[in-house]
Amino acid sequence: MKVKVLSRNPDDYVRETKLDIQRVPRNYDPTLHPFEVNREYIRALNATKLERVFAKPFLTSLDGHRDGVNCMAKHTKSLSTLLSGSCDGEVKMWDLTKRECVRTLQAHEGFVRGMVVGYCGTFFYTTGDDKTIKKWKMEAPGYGEEEEPLNTILGKTVFTGLDHHRKDGVFATCGQQVDIWDEQRSTPIRSFTWGVDSFSCVRFNPVETELLASCASDRSIVLYDMRESAPLKKVIMTMRSNTLCWNPMEAYHFTCSNEDYNLYTYDMRYLKRPATVHMDHVSAVLDVDYSPTGKEFVSASFDKTIRIFLKDGGHSREVYHTKRMQHVICVKWSADNKYILSGSDEMNIRLWKANAAEKLGVLAPRERRATNYSEKLKEKYQHHPQVRRIARHRHLPKNIHHQSKELRVMRESRQRKERNVLKHSKPGSVPFVSEREKHVVTVVK
Amino acid sequence: MASPGKANVKSPHVGKKKKPPARYWDKLQQEEGNNDENKDGKDGGKAQHAPRRTQKRKLEETRRDRNKFISGKSDPFPGPAPIPEERLQKFKRKDKIKKPRKGQRTLRATIAHSEQTCEMAKKQAARFDLLLPEDAGFLEGDKDEDTCTISQDDIADAVDITSGAKYFNLKLSQFGPYRLDYNKTGRHLLLGGRRGHVACIDWQSKQLMCEINVMESISDVKWLHSEEMYAVAQKKWLYIYDSKGIELHCIRKFNDVLRMQFLPYHFLLATASSTSFLQYLDVSVGKEVAAYCTKTGRLDVMCQNPHNAVIHLGHSNGTVTLWSPNQKEALVKMLCHQGGVRSVTVDKTGTYMVTSGMDKKLKVYDIRAFKPLKSYFLPAGASCLSLSHRGLLSAATGDIVQVYRDVWSCPVTKPYMAHRVRGTAWGLQFCPFEDVLGVGHGDGFTSMLVPGAGEPNFDGLDANPYRSVKQKREWEVKALLEKIQPELITLDPSELGKVDYATFEQRHQDRVKALGFDPLAKEKFVPKHKKKGRSSAGNIEKRKKQVAHEDQRDIIKQSVEDKLRKKDTGKEAASSLSGQKSALDRFKK
Repeated sequence: MKVKVLSRNPDDYVRETKLDIQRVPRNYDPTLHPFEVNREYIRALNATKLERVFAKPFLTSLDGHRDGVNCMAKHTKSLSTLLSGSCDGEVKMWDLTKRECVRTLQAHEGFVRGMVVGYCGTFFYTTGDDKTIKKWKMEAPGYGEEEEPLNTILGKTVFTGLDHHRKDGVFATCGQQVDIWDEQRSTPIRSFTWGVDSFSCVRFNPVETELLASCASDRSIVLYDMRESAPLKKVIMTMRSNTLCWNPMEAYHFTCSNEDYNLYTYDMRYLKRPATVHMDHVSAVLDVDYSPTGKEFVSASFDKTIRIFLKDGGHSREVYHTKRMQHVICVKWSADNKYILSGSDEMNIRLWKANAAEKLGVLAPRERRATNYSEKLKEKYQHHPQVRRIARHRHLPKNIHHQSKELRVMRESRQRKERNVLKHSKPGSVPFVSEREKHVVTVVK
Repeated sequence: MASPGKANVKSPHVGKKKKPPARYWDKLQQEEGNNDENKDGKDGGKAQHAPRRTQKRKLEETRRDRNKFISGKSDPFPGPAPIPEERLQKFKRKDKIKKPRKGQRTLRATIAHSEQTCEMAKKQAARFDLLLPEDAGFLEGDKDEDTCTISQDDIADAVDITSGAKYFNLKLSQFGPYRLDYNKTGRHLLLGGRRGHVACIDWQSKQLMCEINVMESISDVKWLHSEEMYAVAQKKWLYIYDSKGIELHCIRKFNDVLRMQFLPYHFLLATASSTSFLQYLDVSVGKEVAAYCTKTGRLDVMCQNPHNAVIHLGHSNGTVTLWSPNQKEALVKMLCHQGGVRSVTVDKTGTYMVTSGMDKKLKVYDIRAFKPLKSYFLPAGASCLSLSHRGLLSAATGDIVQVYRDVWSCPVTKPYMAHRVRGTAWGLQFCPFEDVLGVGHGDGFTSMLVPGAGEPNFDGLDANPYRSVKQKREWEVKALLEKIQPELITLDPSELGKVDYATFEQRHQDRVKALGFDPLAKEKFVPKHKKKGRSSAGNIEKRKKQVAHEDQRDIIKQSVEDKLRKKDTGKEAASSLSGQKSALDRFKK
């Protein structure tokens, strides 16, 4: 007779001393783990619920301005430094880790219209309603010194926007025309005009650094090459664009915020129709900024909310609002991809988390593993109706909720009308116009 | 460091090249280069004819080179170690997904990626199988010695002391016969005597945790999710005690309970009563989830399918019914025996169901296809059945307990083991993760050794017999968080992970049924009332007709279009079928 009976040595399964970690023998045989799918689903559901529980995006508000915040600038080298300019011509420099203002300077008379930090991070430019461009040192003046600009350029007309070249000592301003300036000179090295209009925003391309784009008040977006004497091309839309931002990773894409409540992502090469139309705002969109990963962007709107969109998503994945936040005028995505800064009419700058449910600070390895696992589960079960309902739910202020409902009804009725017209007219006489094509009037070269 | 590449670059002269110093790594490269040159020279003419062959040869060569070590020896076992096919099969969870149509690039990429990760997970799990520490037990007789003639004493003598101590008898003749239950980890044993005696024992260390007499008749006992609590079905009501014997709850909604089953992942206690009620109690919140009258008389045969948490009930008319808490009627009714069903059990993979009946037969069913597989005749008939983790079947006939092996794969003539207990067997259960069969009978309790019954390797995160108090607490919290809702109990537990291919029509029908009206139905045209005599009966009729004609035209238009399309496709199909024109085509319309 040969016999063997299961006989486990407890020493193999129990830790030796209290200082050891517990032993957990594993066996991945699927028959030992029944209801795999169901349990995973429950875990996914729990993770989704917890995400909503922990979604507390608002971190802090930086107050100190005595008028609405009109523009902001990220520091190119330091993560914790932020510059903001207000409508009374005051510029403040903030330390974000300490959440306090470290320097205040009266830069202009009237609005501070534009502000940009040079690529080396040692100086910054401001421009304002007093028709001047001022260059400032990043460091605060020493004891007894007076706060005064390094350089002041007096222009003929008001400048409304400002951007600095990525690599060279060149910056661009916009006003009645788009000017390219050398840092060493007091007259523009080049001026671009195309019809009589005024420009509201100018931005350098972060990769093809000689390219520029600007938004004009005649509802057009104009592209320039700095090396040429004339603009490249422009696209005219049905409504005016306020600002635009280049995608830092795929720099042939840019997104513009429009007065018609939408944002449009264009491919620079095919301006005939936008690549994506981003809807959800219920009022004019005032500012837009891309995340450094180029996968998402944030938009600020006159409807007192900021929204986060995926770069190819038609609708926002997130909406932030508070009771006290008024019309949001400027917004920035921090360079470490973790925070969003918004400046609004009621003189405050607000700091938000880019990912509302993210835990700040250092994660323990187990914690990180658990987070990664729940992220994956959420992704896997995102289309289950229960999970989707919870993940999509957002609280909106009453008026915005009603307005979005109203807009939806209006859009549906317009669509219905178009459908009916198409249906009851001679085949071929009424062309079908897609949503993306509707907003572009023409492209001029 | 000087590398051969750098040396070549440095030589500036056009004329005679200065050779760099010979290095051992150069040799290989040179040889390769020579090979390539030779090949090129040879294949120069043929290159256009057989480019693929040369490519293949090149590939092979590079592969051979890769397997070579610097010393020139080649690896005798190239590549990753092979995994046996059946072991891979064990971890297979789904078939490969059909790739979607061309053009859906992102979807195709996502599917390809997920397939890849699935494959990798499967392989890794299969490889991990090698590291499992324990092997299953076995019992082999000598030449012409039946294993069923080997007595328990012989086995207990032959094995080591700790295993030998797992064969023991408890002589409890006063309050018998006994029902028993092992908890999920297999460490704790619960005994319930017919005449009110309840004892819970840590049976491996033989420590008595508590012993009480409830002074009432007991029909069944069951552990709840942990060894802290157990349920006792007493004469009138269902009671819950803790491990110290303190009565926690008396649940008066559950009366005359005869059998109980605990669904560990759902935290549900299912009870079957003599008044033919099947009730579900959620033990985590203490609420009755469902109560169904089965209308089939006294319910004293019950088991659960551990794979999908469906409850199987055996009835006196020979049927076995399958129940879930979501449906008032049985999910399935199977006629299994002529005469009443005496016992039912389901294996842990949820594939096989074994039943025994008053007709003295033992039948094996494939419970996924609802087909009978095997039928055996037992002269005395089996009163209790139990299946072990590794598929051994124990059957109690009177006071003899027999254990069978492979009842579903090959026809069995002899039992694997047999043992006579002192009284009539009343309850029977294999201990999880141990080679032990517990038998409750009229004269107490017997713990038998059945080599090869238990699953040798447990999973520490699921059921760990050696867990500490802290680990137990952690497990309990996690288990409660992952409690599966009773609504998810279905015949196929993986249904939740599959795409619901219900057609639009089907969904629409369901919606109509749920709402009670058809939301997409066209409204009946009611002509607007017009004033100044324009809503005369004739006018109304005329307007109605106009709309009706409009609808008619739409329908006709649609049908004509369909016809045209059909004709086109038919023509194409015909032309593609025949290919050539035949002489008779001219007569075709």
